[in-house]
Amino acid sequence: MSAYNFAYLDEQTKRMIRRALLKGIAIPGYQVPFASREMPMPYGWGTGGVQVTAACLTPEDRLKVIDQGADDTTNAVSIRKFFETTAGVETTERTRAATVIQTRHRIPEEPLGEDQILVYQVPIPEPLRFLEPRETETRRMHALEEYGLMHVKLYEDIARHGAIATSYAYPVKVEGRYVMDPSPIPKFDNPKLESAAIQLFGAGREQRIYAIPPHTRVVSLDFEDHPFVASKADHACDLCGADHSYLDEVIVDDAGGRMFVCSDTDFCATRQAEGHRGRLSPEAAE
Amino acid sequence: MIRVENVSKSFTLHNQGSATIEVMRGASLAVAPGECVALTGNSGAGKSTLMRMIYGNYLAASGRILVGAVDVARAEPREILALRRATLGYVSQFLRVVPRVPTIEVVAEPLLAVGTPREAALARAGGLLARLNIPETLWGLSPTTFSGGEQQRVNIARGFAHDYPAMLLDEPTASLDAGNRETVLALIEEAKARGAAIVGIFHDEAARARVADREIDVSAFTPKAAA
Amino acid sequence: MTPLLSVRDIAKFYGPRVGCEGVGFDLYPGEVMGIVGESGSGKSTLLNVLAGHLPADRGEVLFDTRAEGLKDTLAMSESERRMLARTDWAFVHQNPRDGLRMGVSAGGNVGERLMAVGARHYGEIRGTALDWLDRVEIEAGRIDDRPRAFSGGMQQRLQIARNLVTGPRLVFMDEPTGGLDVSVQARLLDMLRGLVREMGLSVLIVTHDLAVVRLLADRLMVMKSGRVVEAGLTDQVLDDPQHPYTQLLVSSVLQV
Repeated sequence: MSAYNFAYLDEQTKRMIRRALLKGIAIPGYQVPFASREMPMPYGWGTGGVQVTAACLTPEDRLKVIDQGADDTTNAVSIRKFFETTAGVETTERTRAATVIQTRHRIPEEPLGEDQILVYQVPIPEPLRFLEPRETETRRMHALEEYGLMHVKLYEDIARHGAIATSYAYPVKVEGRYVMDPSPIPKFDNPKLESAAIQLFGAGREQRIYAIPPHTRVVSLDFEDHPFVASKADHACDLCGADHSYLDEVIVDDAGGRMFVCSDTDFCATRQAEGHRGRLSPEAAE
Repeated sequence: MIRVENVSKSFTLHNQGSATIEVMRGASLAVAPGECVALTGNSGAGKSTLMRMIYGNYLAASGRILVGAVDVARAEPREILALRRATLGYVSQFLRVVPRVPTIEVVAEPLLAVGTPREAALARAGGLLARLNIPETLWGLSPTTFSGGEQQRVNIARGFAHDYPAMLLDEPTASLDAGNRETVLALIEEAKARGAAIVGIFHDEAARARVADREIDVSAFTPKAAA
Repeated sequence: MTPLLSVRDIAKFYGPRVGCEGVGFDLYPGEVMGIVGESGSGKSTLLNVLAGHLPADRGEVLFDTRAEGLKDTLAMSESERRMLARTDWAFVHQNPRDGLRMGVSAGGNVGERLMAVGARHYGEIRGTALDWLDRVEIEAGRIDDRPRAFSGGMQQRLQIARNLVTGPRLVFMDEPTGGLDVSVQARLLDMLRGLVREMGLSVLIVTHDLAVVRLLADRLMVMKSGRVVEAGLTDQVLDDPQHPYTQLLVSSVLQV
């Protein structure tokens, strides 16, 4: 344990990352390059998010880690253990109790407060990447606010599918300036990007950090006649009965049986503890 | 309306030992509104060359060529283009058009270029084509597929579509049958009557005698030393 | 009358080699100017310098901007120049692949410039795209097909639609009919002529095809070894060429 500095990274590296974070906060939505370090986990497992979390953590913090909304997946458990070991901070599964939440592909259902930091793991930070492969060109497009191409992508969606089919990593415009990839969160979560919490985004392999300061305007791109819709599966949670939370579809048998459950496990558990019941709750099934 | 003053012309053939051929010297003529002047002289005397210089198609080596107030010998390309659009018409012996464009459009184009409303332009074009006996069934086709005589008549219709104050006519009656020849001569007379100044080349002597007020023999402008 | 484009003493060098040098001219609204010369004569270099694709080593390219009148585009900020490039200017490449997004549908290709200047109504964008496809003689039913599925001539017409949709005032064309069959060329030329007249476009067209300039261009500039050797009315330059090189060029054309 004493072989590690607090939260794994050395203080110089943390300073470097904090500078990038401050710059990101100062220019909402702008991708700040940073010298991403090798971390003791493979790329794609949240190396960017882990570095940002490490740079933010203080010994008093209480950390929550979620993966697709769940606290109990391999990815979430490993990262939580990593910080338990290297930082010795308290951890929690309760959204309300956490001061720092690292997430992959979700925003917790419960609104976050001003004393909380949400850290996103980002695979590809560049929203224009699949339309324009040249980094030199995409940076120039950001610099000159040339975002027509982003709408071409949405146009293609409508032309092909009759509606905007992009359902995750749905591009947003931050504070009327930078177009940003919100990481692969479902578009259902996009409205929650306007939040009281600080939101930090780390892309380890791509070496980029960006941020949304509290109470920043975040607008999902759309067309006047095809407005943005934060859609979700048209069901209620089968365990807690919530009809306004993002749901996972779970196949339960070999006969096509399936159930819908809240992807946010803490949200669902809290509701069940409060007595809410869904279609397949154990009591209801009896 | 058209005034040519002391114009000379030579061709330098750079790729044939830079031979310089002087083809015209001291050419002068003047044409008043409503007047038709015929250029005469043997083949090769320079009738077409002089006419092309007036149109700005050939560069004059020296002298002045005034059409209205514009000196064609010195004018900027866009001034000559404006002159050709509004003031100076030219009926050449060859029809040169973009393939695929319908005949009626080819004829109406000079009118559209000076801002004539489309309906009026097409009506006028149709009237001319009818007078020149181009069957209406052909109006929608490109003239590139027409016979030589038909192409010539389309060319004339195009040349007379807009009422130019000055006109250049290069063999307008060549290869026409008697009926169409009569129509073309009538068109020329009408143009004169409305005040057009015309310079023409007519090998058809009877036609020349009928429409030309004066004849100018261009051999007088041929440099003798060249022989 | 103010020229739309006033080019002064433009030079571009590739190391010790001259790309183009000492080029100057005025282009007026509605004028079509052809730039001819053989391969390597500097005509494409000149076009790319004028359009801002290549940096010039010397000279000025003054454009009559809507807001501020004549302004040197070479001294503009990049954002200003790029704004110009997607509104008042258009560039038609010889190879449609360079001017189209091959992975985006025909409608998306036409709509991109509209969206780039702020169009946000899908129905209207699509309506405009359909209108333009019709003007360049592409069936409405092909609007959702990608350009990959189009013939060379169709791709070129699509590129033209994509460029003209924002109603530019100045169009740069680099061999727009190169690589097309003769019959396809004729159709394209006819269409271009119509659009030029209807929209009052000013055009700079680079080509080595003298038949194309005779039909399209009002004026002609002949280039050799990076310099302009002769300029004037198109028919005058072609019928009474003065410079040895132009005479050679004109006499080298096969008569049909």
